[in-house]
Amino acid sequence: MKFVAVSSCPTGIAHTYMAAEALEQAGRAAGHEVVVETQGAAGSQPLDPAVIAAADGVIYAADLEVQNRERFAGKPFVDVGVKKAVHDAPGVLAAAIAAVEAAPAPSSGAAPAPVAAAPATRTVGVGTRIRQYLMTGVSYMLPFVAAGGILIALGFMLSSVAWAENGAIEVTAVPAETLWTAFQWTNLEHWAVLLFQTGALAFGFLVPALSAYIAYAIADRPGIAPGFVGGAIAGLVGAGFLGGIATGFIAGFVALWLARRAVPKGFRGIMPVVVIPLVTTLVVGIATFLVVGPPMKAINDGLSSWLNGLTGGALVPLGIILGLMMCFDLGGPVNKVAYVFATTGLANAAGDAAATEARVMAAVMAAGMVPPLAIALATSVRGRLFTEAERESGKSAWLLGASFISEGAIPFAAADPLRMLPSFMIGGAVTGGLTMAVGSGLVAPHGGIWVTPLISVPLLFLLALAAGTVVSALAVVIAKNIGRSPQEDVLDETESVAALAGSR
Amino acid sequence: MTTPSTPLITRDLVAVDVVAADRDDVTRRLVDLLVAAGRVTDAEGFLADVRAREAQMATGMPGGIGLPHARSEHVTVPSLAVAKVPGGVDFGAPDGPATLVFLIAAPAAGGSDHLQILAALARRLVHESFRTSLHEAPDAATVAAIVTREVVPS
Repeated sequence: MKFVAVSSCPTGIAHTYMAAEALEQAGRAAGHEVVVETQGAAGSQPLDPAVIAAADGVIYAADLEVQNRERFAGKPFVDVGVKKAVHDAPGVLAAAIAAVEAAPAPSSGAAPAPVAAAPATRTVGVGTRIRQYLMTGVSYMLPFVAAGGILIALGFMLSSVAWAENGAIEVTAVPAETLWTAFQWTNLEHWAVLLFQTGALAFGFLVPALSAYIAYAIADRPGIAPGFVGGAIAGLVGAGFLGGIATGFIAGFVALWLARRAVPKGFRGIMPVVVIPLVTTLVVGIATFLVVGPPMKAINDGLSSWLNGLTGGALVPLGIILGLMMCFDLGGPVNKVAYVFATTGLANAAGDAAATEARVMAAVMAAGMVPPLAIALATSVRGRLFTEAERESGKSAWLLGASFISEGAIPFAAADPLRMLPSFMIGGAVTGGLTMAVGSGLVAPHGGIWVTPLISVPLLFLLALAAGTVVSALAVVIAKNIGRSPQEDVLDETESVAALAGSR
Repeated sequence: MTTPSTPLITRDLVAVDVVAADRDDVTRRLVDLLVAAGRVTDAEGFLADVRAREAQMATGMPGGIGLPHARSEHVTVPSLAVAKVPGGVDFGAPDGPATLVFLIAAPAAGGSDHLQILAALARRLVHESFRTSLHEAPDAATVAAIVTREVVPS
């Protein structure tokens, strides 16, 4: 069998290399090939992507976090720590062999075999680099989206049982303090609030985590803290996930630049833990508050007054415009303008689902449900276009989309904004226009399918939603195929990871 | 790959027939050798760094090896000091006390190039033949010669 391994230890000068040598020796003795990447103080020589592709399994003999772990995604592995590899490499190897034998046989079609033909030298383009940074950020953001989104959706579900009617509305109106001041164990309403609030807080980390781990991909650990702070500020000024991507890049490159400065010897020790995070965080704070913030305000004001000017005109074009806006940045400034426009109008509808304001709300919600649903559909019908992690999160996107949690599509949008966002917008426009055309109205500000009783002409509403979802999913599939074949894609990805590791 | 101008080890950095009470004792003696050779600037400071590392995870290895080490700002050049302790001293290895103790000193700062030599040393230490030849070496000069000959950065 063939194995790749990663070794690392706290000091990075002894056990990292002893483990590597011991594993390679054990491999030779047992007739298996083991190639080790030593992530130690002497710098690490990244594994050849072709070697990774050919490996049957992975051995993590690492006491530090494995860098660029995503390169090994999907392969069977053992995770033993560095000391065990030094002391008992044959035992570790045996465990790795057992792990490979226990793993399900790889489906021949999906195996990234084409990588073996990778040309030996190929410079990695800027575009590929950028995509790699984004992918890293997204991979760390995903758990927040999944945990937060699903908890919110479960909160909605439970609330529709707990309250006699309008549960999905009521659940958001209960103040969080209730949970630690007046919680009743047998009260379903309280449990619904607990799920909702926990999910909402998890969701709050979405943009900060994206920003932090983009910065991490660029500058390694010193980028994380400034990236988190930048992402939080991006959220505060209403810049959404696109703002978070911007702060991630700013934090990453400022930290990287600082890390490459020559500094006096006594100073070096405190560079990564104090100086770089401090200076970078300050720079990111200044840039986000003073440079990113003001345009957000301008966008908000400009679009809001423009939208207000459109009221009184034809409804179908308005629905199309709102649909485009909802899907443009998924919770960012443009999306927010459309959403706030709809929710502030609701007061005037006074509970009448036939009122213009209620129809605006219906169009906005329907369009906002399209991106996650389109992703869910695209990943289930054309799985090979997506990574395994994307296919998995595509499944939960069904639930998030159904609950009008547009953010469920952010991981896909952030990883590939130029292909994904226009695809979402096309579907959003279709659904927004159709919802207006069929005359659906909604007197609740959120809730997705959980507020169906509050939607007038619900069947046609769902039809409009389905139409936009199908159109958008088609657009996603087509866009994914533009400019590259799937095989090149796999090759790009692995090579860029290697190049990235080498650039550190 | 640039070879450091100073060799990793000289005969002055090898102590034979050491009798030591515990791992701190033997480490201190090796640190003193490094200080005397001008490779470590502050004995107490470096010792503290080594102890901190040792506290994280004992460095004893099967085969009678103790391997205290640290990256430290008090180290000027990558260095190895060796003590042969016939009576043995406990380094937390599962199979008993260490009779051969390697103290690895790495500078905290500087490029990765000159750390390659220490990586090469660590890789050699895993080989039983290397350890055996050091166990059997009769004197300090032989120990230094074996290390210099065998530890070549790849």
